[in-house]
Amino acid sequence: MQDLFTIAFIFQTFRITIPYLLPSIGAVYSEKGGVVNIALEGILLSGAFAATAGTYYTGNVLFGTLCGVVCGVLVALIHSVITITYKANQIVSGIAINILAFGVTKFFCKIIFNSSSNSARIPGLETLGLPFNPFLILCIIIIAVTYYVIYRTRFGLRLRAVGENPEAADSLGINVNRIRYIGVLISGALAGLGGAWLALDQHSFTDGMSAGRGYIALAAMIIGKWNPLGAAAACLLFGFAESFTLQFQDSGIPTQFIQMLPYVLTIIVLAGFIGKANPPKADGIPYEKKD
Amino acid sequence: MNKYLQYAIGPLLSVILSLLTGGVLIALIGQNPVDVYTRLFVDTLGNTYGIGQVLFKATPLILTGLSVAFAFRAGLFNIGAEGQLTIGAFASAWAGFTFTSLPWIALIPLCILTGFLAGAFWAAIAGFLKARFGSHEVINTIMLNFIALALVSYLVNNVYLVPATIHTPEISPHPELVRFDIMTGLFKGSPFNTSFIIAIAACFIMYYVIQKTPFGYKIKTLGYNKNAAEYARMNTGRLTVLSMAIAGGFAGIGGLNFVNGYKHYFELGFSDNAGYVGIAVALIARNNPFAIIFVAIFFGILEYGGLTVNTMVPKEIVTILQGVVILLIITLTEIFDRKFKLKKV
Repeated sequence: MQDLFTIAFIFQTFRITIPYLLPSIGAVYSEKGGVVNIALEGILLSGAFAATAGTYYTGNVLFGTLCGVVCGVLVALIHSVITITYKANQIVSGIAINILAFGVTKFFCKIIFNSSSNSARIPGLETLGLPFNPFLILCIIIIAVTYYVIYRTRFGLRLRAVGENPEAADSLGINVNRIRYIGVLISGALAGLGGAWLALDQHSFTDGMSAGRGYIALAAMIIGKWNPLGAAAACLLFGFAESFTLQFQDSGIPTQFIQMLPYVLTIIVLAGFIGKANPPKADGIPYEKKD
Repeated sequence: MNKYLQYAIGPLLSVILSLLTGGVLIALIGQNPVDVYTRLFVDTLGNTYGIGQVLFKATPLILTGLSVAFAFRAGLFNIGAEGQLTIGAFASAWAGFTFTSLPWIALIPLCILTGFLAGAFWAAIAGFLKARFGSHEVINTIMLNFIALALVSYLVNNVYLVPATIHTPEISPHPELVRFDIMTGLFKGSPFNTSFIIAIAACFIMYYVIQKTPFGYKIKTLGYNKNAAEYARMNTGRLTVLSMAIAGGFAGIGGLNFVNGYKHYFELGFSDNAGYVGIAVALIARNNPFAIIFVAIFFGILEYGGLTVNTMVPKEIVTILQGVVILLIITLTEIFDRKFKLKKV
């Protein structure tokens, strides 16, 4: 066991955790406001592609990262318009956006890099010459800020209000749809940032590279009971489990069972076996303003 | 305006608008959209090989579409057709390569039954969790999709692997579902096979069960108003589990097309997202089992058509069209349903 907690192992765990954590914290913003965002998977993917393209054309990883975030916000905007303004089904919209993102990224990968499955190699975060991983620092800041924003600020209170009881929030003069838009757009920005990490860490884009991480992020948020700290802890747990199987491939535990872990845990938590799962009451329900 | 037209206008407009969107994208990369679409439709529908390919691609979509539609009628949202399809396909293959000594007359029904039951079991888990603990079937079916994938990946890679492949051993030749080109000489070279007949039969079965039986009446009651169903002393928990199970069974036999009709083994990644596309099929067809056939064929045209235009534009153009058409349809039906005050189906 003593070679388990080597520096390399710990960093590998963080590396794996980051792309779960960012969309997972994003999911908290979206769902606290009452919008289920399955599109996180597609946002992660398109964020990774935008970051790759941005870095490829400018050679600047910061600009690339910005492209990832902006792309994430734009895709989240599609989800918001469809589900908040037009009140269409949030699950179906999310799935369709994921299909769309898969197609669009491959399509433009083919156009830009002349291969629908791989981009050219791009520079990574090492070009910044920092002695630490900036994404790791960013993640810690984001977790702390999110906790503060959601539980200690006026915006956080409003976000929770429109997710719990939109009628009551509306009657107090809160613009329900606008708050929900902000929640979903923040989730897009964070998932886009997570996508940028995927691309910069791998130094390239490959088709479907989000590989279900958006769904795992959603699962982590549920296991963390819609709380940013809980979600972060669940992400770290998944990152640890995955890192563990990479480290000990001959441990006898088939990797597929580690892969199942987040999903099985989610089902158990939802069934109420580990305390009570307490989703926002209006989660997933479009708000119909009554005249 | 005619009632049917009011229901159909959203879906039709979505298809047209998505083709226009795709056209803009095609023009953006310097190709002529008219040429690309002409090629797409001529190569898919202009010869019997193309038609065979389209119907082959449509077959699992009919069944996953039915699966989603059936659950919808009971007021349940089955996002799990992908997992049920995967588990069902594996089970059919397992029966096919395990009971090799059985004659076709026993083994074909056995493959169908194992596929159906495996899919039904997988879906029933979500039904049970909903009935017993009240946990929402949407998240649970999504989770079960990934669990199914990991489970089957384990079975294929660690238990039933043929070395240097990602598929199981071949099934015995007895339960092969015969291809139409071998049987009739039509659709030469396409893998279009008799599992299509099973899919069509399933549409009639769904219609019959929902519209003509007391059980179907109960399911519809549950779907329209759960409280009313409870007030009428229906066992809603049992109905929920059963509805999910039947829905999962439909998706479960969606694998016959690939396993018994085409490759004769189970392969990881065979599904091509048929379970998720099935959600779109059911939505566009508004859960009507016969409309599902035509919508599935439309998606079959897109899927095979992507391959035919690949020299002109990246074939992913059709994945984009699929995504766009679903987004448009949920938005436009929402708008038109409000405008015409239509009731939800």
